[in-house]
Amino acid sequence: MTLLQADQLSYRLGDRLILDNLSFGIYSGDNIALLGANGAGKSTLLRILLGLLKPTTGRVLLAGQPLYGLSRRAVARQLAYVPQSHVPSFPFSVAHIVAQGRLPATGLGRAPAEADEQCARQALTELGIDHLRARPYTELSGGERQLVLIARAMVQRARVIILDEPITGLDYGHQLRLLGLLQRLAEQGLSVLSSSHRPEQALASANRVLVLHQGQLIADGPPRETIDSALMQRLYRVTLRQIDAAGHRFFVP
Amino acid sequence: MSVRTRPYLPLLSVLLLVGAALSALLFGRYAISINELCQFIQASSGVGDMPAGRYQLIHSLIIDARLPRVIAGVLVGAGLSVSGAAYQAVFRNPLVSPGLLGVLSGCAFGAALGVIWHLHPLPTALLACATGLLAVAVGMGIAHLFQAPSILLLVLGGIVANALFTSLLSIAQYMADPLDQLPSIVYWLLGSLSAVDQHALLLTGPVLAFAIVLLCLGGRAIDALSLSDDEAHSLGVPVRKIRVGVIILATLVCALTVSLAGMVGWVGLLVPHVARLLVGPGNARLLPVSGCLGGAFLLAADGVARSVSAGEIPLGIITELFGAVAFVLVLHRVRKGWL
Repeated sequence: MTLLQADQLSYRLGDRLILDNLSFGIYSGDNIALLGANGAGKSTLLRILLGLLKPTTGRVLLAGQPLYGLSRRAVARQLAYVPQSHVPSFPFSVAHIVAQGRLPATGLGRAPAEADEQCARQALTELGIDHLRARPYTELSGGERQLVLIARAMVQRARVIILDEPITGLDYGHQLRLLGLLQRLAEQGLSVLSSSHRPEQALASANRVLVLHQGQLIADGPPRETIDSALMQRLYRVTLRQIDAAGHRFFVP
Repeated sequence: MSVRTRPYLPLLSVLLLVGAALSALLFGRYAISINELCQFIQASSGVGDMPAGRYQLIHSLIIDARLPRVIAGVLVGAGLSVSGAAYQAVFRNPLVSPGLLGVLSGCAFGAALGVIWHLHPLPTALLACATGLLAVAVGMGIAHLFQAPSILLLVLGGIVANALFTSLLSIAQYMADPLDQLPSIVYWLLGSLSAVDQHALLLTGPVLAFAIVLLCLGGRAIDALSLSDDEAHSLGVPVRKIRVGVIILATLVCALTVSLAGMVGWVGLLVPHVARLLVGPGNARLLPVSGCLGGAFLLAADGVARSVSAGEIPLGIITELFGAVAFVLVLHRVRKGWL
């Protein structure tokens, strides 16, 4: 089922064409890695898919409906965003941040109920960070903050989760656990789209890659059929040797 | 849901406010005992009775002299504190305050014009409100000159507006009659509750109280702006509407406090920080607690202003003196949170 559809998206900033006529669909069960060099237009594309930025031409359909015709709350019930974590100005507790994931469902009008707290608690337990519940979010490490934001997205109960470079800044263990989690979410029928700077991550855990190069979608397919040394050369302008061994693909300089 | 949930603290802050209001009513050059107050209340509601001369004296002390001042003090302190906390939340910046954003200087400019044009207290108050809102509009307009106004641009726009209206205020002072008008402008700038006009209070008081309560009720909506704008948008929160609404409401509150008591500095910066240390950053609790603490702080400062010397020291001097010292202590405690 098509959950999110990009339809001939272009985005122009001044006389620079940032995105050039992109079309693709995102389906239930997709675990997509969005690859591209710095400045390829990854962040712009994510912002347009989230409805935070209007494309110059083209449109985005969310479950068949034009994104811009929907209210923000209606969008938020289907589409969750996990930004790169940053330290906010005020020391809100982890529980407070995660409970905000219930806002699309409850609205701003009423105070959080027992069921909402239960929901937040469940997500924290699922991610193995329930012990952080009462801690100030500002005092967590980058990896812990990232997990908290993912917990909030899970509480949001959206069908599409869009993540902006989720593993950047995480230690090795956190990276692997996070990638495993994204895989599990996709297996449950959600669709996951994460931008990434790590082709190895895409090969190891994604089931589909989208490759952006100078504003154009130059590849869309299963990682093993898409990512090879020719693509690496084209995207990152580095010459790498490709090794296929034990069912995995590696690149070495 | 604060970091350390201490449910008794909000109640405690209410009690503190009530205690401060009661002592402000009773103490002064002529002290009244709590017994006498009770007798007076019974007598005036027709239950008990009291010698007529005594009744007259207490009536004029409490009802005519002290009560308007206490009400104005609570409203001014609560208003500045709640709006300060609200500004800090919607600008996501613990350093903004009504003073920094040009609200106070905008209001003061209007009040100075009122003095120069020999307006009555009420039109002066309205003019002060209008120029306060104008100052914020100028600040937001400057931010909107750039395509997508960021939080930083909004704050910088406020600082520019502050500079602009401070200089306009200086021009007004320069043009004022140095014998007659200048002293009253300067007195206004120092802030004081001694000149609270009862008619103005009757009109602006209810509006001010209503706006303060409205801001406090919006705590949960304000919380939704606590992370980035993109995140709030993606949680379905109407970011712009909330931010603009809160800014207009908080500016109205500040402007009304200036129209009542002149420029009272530091309260709007200091009190929210103290309240945040006590109940955490969740605005649903932070705003009402800030309001109570602010009211109590202002009454205490006013008490000092009234009683330190035979003449009265302007209130603004006391709050700035206390505020500056207290803020250093608060910074010491709060550092872990945002520095």
